[in-house]
Amino acid sequence: MKREYVVKVCLLAGKIMLQNGAETYRVEDTMVRIAQAYGFEGAQSHATPTAIMFASDITEPTNFVRIVERETDLHKVSQVNSISRLISAEKLIIEDAYEQLTVVAQQKDTYPTLIKLLAAALSSGCFMIMFGGQWYDFISAMLVGGIGYGMVTYFHQLIKVRFFAEFLAAMVMGFSSFLLVNAGIGGDIDRIIIGAVMPLVPGLLITNAVRDLMAGHLVSGITKGADACLTALAIGAGIAVIFFIV
Amino acid sequence: MLIEQLIVSFIATACFSIIFNVPRQVLLQCGFSGAIGWSVYTVMTMYRLDAILATLAASVVVAVISQVFAKWFRRPIIIFIVSGIMPLVPGGVAYNTMRQFVQNNYDLAIPLAARVVMLSGAIALGLIFSEIINQMIRNAKWKRYQSKFDRKGITRS
Repeated sequence: MKREYVVKVCLLAGKIMLQNGAETYRVEDTMVRIAQAYGFEGAQSHATPTAIMFASDITEPTNFVRIVERETDLHKVSQVNSISRLISAEKLIIEDAYEQLTVVAQQKDTYPTLIKLLAAALSSGCFMIMFGGQWYDFISAMLVGGIGYGMVTYFHQLIKVRFFAEFLAAMVMGFSSFLLVNAGIGGDIDRIIIGAVMPLVPGLLITNAVRDLMAGHLVSGITKGADACLTALAIGAGIAVIFFIV
Repeated sequence: MLIEQLIVSFIATACFSIIFNVPRQVLLQCGFSGAIGWSVYTVMTMYRLDAILATLAASVVVAVISQVFAKWFRRPIIIFIVSGIMPLVPGGVAYNTMRQFVQNNYDLAIPLAARVVMLSGAIALGLIFSEIINQMIRNAKWKRYQSKFDRKGITRS
């Protein structure tokens, strides 16, 4: 009975962390630590971006959780981290731990979508300046970046294939920046676009992939790298299609 | 020029932290670590150093700042690291690579692709490097001092 409960807590903690953008080695480490704190010294775990496998001992049956959706939500990662620290310090009984983890799993986003949209717009403008753009392009980069982020969120709810949602959003971004430049509001279309795609491009994913590879997690490194390549391809293709047409 | 870059990278990093749902209490600290990392990068490239070397140095600086912040504000280190390396990650280059591929400019795309790998490798190397140094400090010196204090009956805080 207790064994089942511990396995449940470990898998739930691992699932929340992996779904919200923690690195693979951190997920494995946290799960094993929780299990050891509850007295399962020989616990084994193996995490990849799409699944977690966990066994409380070598001879015990292996348990398995599938990960479908992945996003970046550092607030949840940090909450699971603090729960696992409490468990390691033996200050949290297992029933409470499970309850707290369920609360974390069902939590809504920290910021409303509108705030995120504004943040994406503002960061697009700032990135445009950081990549050597001029201040008169600031407004257009902000507009295009905001439109792009909004579109990707909207299309993602509509279409479940992420590649296609990003492709469509990139097309909209390319077209709107073309319109802005033609209307005389924006100046340098290349700088505007490169600033505006920054909230969408998978720079962080690529870095995490290389980090996983260096840490010896070859499977998750390769899969994350493939994921990042696909996302970059979707965005690049979306913009390029517009450049072909107009 | 540098002041402008500092302010702009601060705002950009803080906004990115909002997209990644960083808790409200540490948004400014995240922006700070991103701004410092980006200014290290800008200063080094201004002195005509290679961008990959500059990225390596900047990511080491970001990792050190993040470790200090993680201890100081009692948050997991991943929050500060993810936001801090945000200005350095080769997202724009990755996008350019794929655009050149799609437009059949393979000869332009291959060097860009190599650049993405080198830049992200530099960031990852910088993060791992500072992590290892941190572990060495913790395991070697600090433990000895702590156990010495423990024996005298002073408890660890």
